Amino acid sequence: MRFLMIEDNADLARSVCARLALEGHAADHASSLSEADDCLAGTRYDMILLDITLPDGDGRSFLSRHRTAQADTPVIVLTARSAVSDRVDTLDLGADDYLTKPFDFAELEARCRAVLRRRGGTVSNLTEYADLIFDPLGGCVSVDGEARDLRNRELRLLEVLLSAPGRILSKDQLCDRLFSYSEPVSDNAIEVYIARLRRKLEGSKARIETVRGLGYRLVGG
Amino acid sequence: MTQATRQWLRGKATRPASLRRRLVLQLIALSAVLALVLYVAVRLGAERASEATLDGILGAATTAIAEELRSVDGGPELELSPGTFSMLAAMGEERIFHRLNLGGSAVTGYDDLPMPPDTPTALTAVFYDAPYRDAELRLAAVARSLMIDNRPTPVLVVVGQTREGQRAIAQQLANRAAALGLAVFLIAVPLSLLAAGTLLRPIGRLAEAVGRRGGHDLRPVRHPAPTELQPLVQQLNGFIARLRSTLTQTETFIAEAAHHIRTPLATLRSEAEIALRQSEDEPTRVRLRSMIRATEESARSASQLLDHATVLFRAEQPAQDRVDLGTMTAALVDRFLPTADLKDMQIVLHPPTDALVTTGDAVLIEAALRNLIDNALKYSPADSNVSVSLARDGNFARLSVCDRGRGLGGEGLADLSQRFRRGPNVGEVVGSGLGLTIVSETIAAMQGRFELTDRENGGSCATLWFPLHE
Amino acid sequence: MRNTLVSATRVTVRWMAVLVAITLPLSPATAFEIEDERRFGLTSAANEMAVLSTTDIALFAPLAEAFLSQTPNTALRYVQATSRQVHAAIDEERAAFDLVISSAMDLQMKLANDGFSRSLPDDLVASLPDWARWRDRLVAVAQEPVVLLLSGAALPEGTQRPRSRRDLIALLRDNAALFDGRIGTYDPQASGAGFLFLTQDARMSDSIWRLAEVMGRLNTRLYCCSGDMIAGLRSGDLLMAYNVLGSYAAANLTQADGVHIILPEDFTITLQRTALIPSTSDHPELGVALLNFLLSDTGRRIQSEATGQPPFDAQTFRNQPHLRPIRLDPGLLAHLDAMTRRRFLAEWSAALDQP
Repeated sequence: MRFLMIEDNADLARSVCARLALEGHAADHASSLSEADDCLAGTRYDMILLDITLPDGDGRSFLSRHRTAQADTPVIVLTARSAVSDRVDTLDLGADDYLTKPFDFAELEARCRAVLRRRGGTVSNLTEYADLIFDPLGGCVSVDGEARDLRNRELRLLEVLLSAPGRILSKDQLCDRLFSYSEPVSDNAIEVYIARLRRKLEGSKARIETVRGLGYRLVGG
Repeated sequence: MTQATRQWLRGKATRPASLRRRLVLQLIALSAVLALVLYVAVRLGAERASEATLDGILGAATTAIAEELRSVDGGPELELSPGTFSMLAAMGEERIFHRLNLGGSAVTGYDDLPMPPDTPTALTAVFYDAPYRDAELRLAAVARSLMIDNRPTPVLVVVGQTREGQRAIAQQLANRAAALGLAVFLIAVPLSLLAAGTLLRPIGRLAEAVGRRGGHDLRPVRHPAPTELQPLVQQLNGFIARLRSTLTQTETFIAEAAHHIRTPLATLRSEAEIALRQSEDEPTRVRLRSMIRATEESARSASQLLDHATVLFRAEQPAQDRVDLGTMTAALVDRFLPTADLKDMQIVLHPPTDALVTTGDAVLIEAALRNLIDNALKYSPADSNVSVSLARDGNFARLSVCDRGRGLGGEGLADLSQRFRRGPNVGEVVGSGLGLTIVSETIAAMQGRFELTDRENGGSCATLWFPLHE
Repeated sequence: MRNTLVSATRVTVRWMAVLVAITLPLSPATAFEIEDERRFGLTSAANEMAVLSTTDIALFAPLAEAFLSQTPNTALRYVQATSRQVHAAIDEERAAFDLVISSAMDLQMKLANDGFSRSLPDDLVASLPDWARWRDRLVAVAQEPVVLLLSGAALPEGTQRPRSRRDLIALLRDNAALFDGRIGTYDPQASGAGFLFLTQDARMSDSIWRLAEVMGRLNTRLYCCSGDMIAGLRSGDLLMAYNVLGSYAAANLTQADGVHIILPEDFTITLQRTALIPSTSDHPELGVALLNFLLSDTGRRIQSEATGQPPFDAQTFRNQPHLRPIRLDPGLLAHLDAMTRRRFLAEWSAALDQP
């Protein structure tokens, strides 16, 4: 996905863009509304991340302009404020969702997916591997055309494996990607989810290989 | 001093002064003084007036007798008039005594009648009191000169009368004055109460007007107040203005603080995550993970502290909004769905059959519900469900958030609601401990109820009762 | 205080009585003269009260007896004296009497004024009209007119009885020879009552001085007492007596005497016989009892029977306006003043002393 991050704090903006890049997304950074207008004029974005307080005008005014212009790029507002009125207002003004800083990246992705799903009409990039077709946005997987019902974490696990096919991913790495940092994770949690995923993908040419002592990798494609 | 006396005195010292009581007591005291003064004035006045009148008559009679004294060949000649004596005796049946001195010695009348202390001068009567026989007399003495045998001889005429009649009348007048004074005093008592009531009513009305305002009403007091209360009202308005400005500043501060704390934290977390992804070194990864946890804790604490600050000053004078609990709950549940989904959890909502509306501060209620759902999601294991149900319970709306988490670990609500207090079974879960404090303070401000119970087969239920706005 | 005064006085009187008894043969002026004395009641009576009065014993007797009949175990010693002696008895001698009755209102008033009388009970005082009492010290027990007595023989054929003092003066002038030396009146020097009547006469109008002149020219004889004047009229010695107590006249004159009792219509002085309980009294309660009896209906009835006079009251005075009651107040003291009295008597003597 192509993100536009409108944020006046340079450090945060840079960091978030780098983070997005790690996941394979593209991200542009505008540090003011006028810069944002320039960016939007030239490029088409899948998602706008907007900081509600900007130096040259409240983010709200951007929202109202954006809505009246009937641009179809969804906006997720990033806010540091507490007041519920701020949150409610932003939704009323046309934001699709909001997140409080600092935010969990997994949550950001989940909300982006939800927003895009709601908007509909956007063709997401499908990932193919062997006989697997994975729609990250829709959150569905099909094995040889047959849809398989996967739960969220199972989906996320598959996504991680699909992002580096054939590469060994350690349990740790998988943990980091699957669970939040503050969640208590049991030792065999990954095994449990790997087992579940294997069950769900039964019959597929793609399979998850255990490399003892090192981790897991997706093979078969 | 006895124990009882000491306690009584202490009570008196600490009991607040009553304006009404003081006013009434002062008015009564004043009327008592006035009644007394009236009595004394009338008494004295009556006595003086009657004495002056009678003295005038006595003096005139004595002077007349002195003037009628004639000198003839045989010596001095006196003819006392029965009418004069009758008149002198008339009021109160007084006894009359007289004496005539010629050249210093008594010539006729009662020769032992008391003499005046000072010799009177030419035909002006001198008045004095003296006892005589068994009575108290009022005497008048008049002196003149009479030519006897071609020689001027000093003559002194003394006439005395009892004053019992006068005393009796003066006593009667005094009694009447006393009765009048008492009547005035007795009338003064209810009038004082009435006056005090009327006078102090504006104060009551002002207090009422100020009291009627809602908690959030920080407009200046414009109720018409009497001149004496104007300074107080002005000070009150000044205070209100300062409070309003302080509150505004606090709100602004909270918002600014939020912004300035959270933005750097967001940067910190983001950078740490990137570093974690890019690092191969296990110890470094451990450290980075702990850094991320620290930022999460910091962020959560900051959120809750800011939330708590909001709760505190909003709870002091909560807004009275109409809050549709069903709508708010549904919106919140909707909001948390993606968060729950991350842990493969589901939030099951049991909505109410009809609209349940309560009166309270929307910001506070939303913060409380958010905290409860957030708590439930945080302390529950992956794959479990959180159920949120809202229903009518008598005059209340009952909202329950139940999870399959670790339960309360044996601690009660009172303990868990203490600030920064976390239960014994939180383990590694990140939390600041303010969540339940916020909930209990919010519900208390609304005169609702909050209950935290363990659940059968594990987990806990947090239940809030909101008074329904009918 | 009063009790000590009374007992002190009593002691003094006892000693004075002894002194008087001793010195009586030497200086009779220290004792007061009595005209008559009688003891009523049983000798065995435990209580004896003493009454001093100017009233004739004969007139008082029925009252005394009636009183004693309803007061058991009591005897009454009645002393009759002239009004001046009565006054002196109390004022100078401080004699112990339980009731003092006198026709001399002025002398009684002086006793009361000077503090020689006791307080009378409230109920007794309250029962009397204002003009019949002074304070709670002096009360009137009877009223009687001071009358003119004219012998029938003094009226020439066809002459009307004189109705006023003017008429009297005219009658006297017109019949000077007839009346010469045959007119009697009180000697104001000797008789207290007589002095009182004259001063009241003079208070009422000036006609007394013209009458006095006429009487002086006609060699009026002066008497100490009513009784003598009445006796003179009865015997024919006197043809007219001026200023006589009506009760005496009524009591002592009969139809047969042919003496007219005239109440002058210009004004008739009405005397009040007054009573007081002296501070020297030994049995004041008996005095009060007797006083109550005198003022009761029985007492009044007996009095009027004895005196032949109807009881006087407010109604009587309204119906007969020529009856002028002498006012019972200290105005009576004016003429008792030595100089004033001297002057008055001098004037009287001068009026009477006509060539």
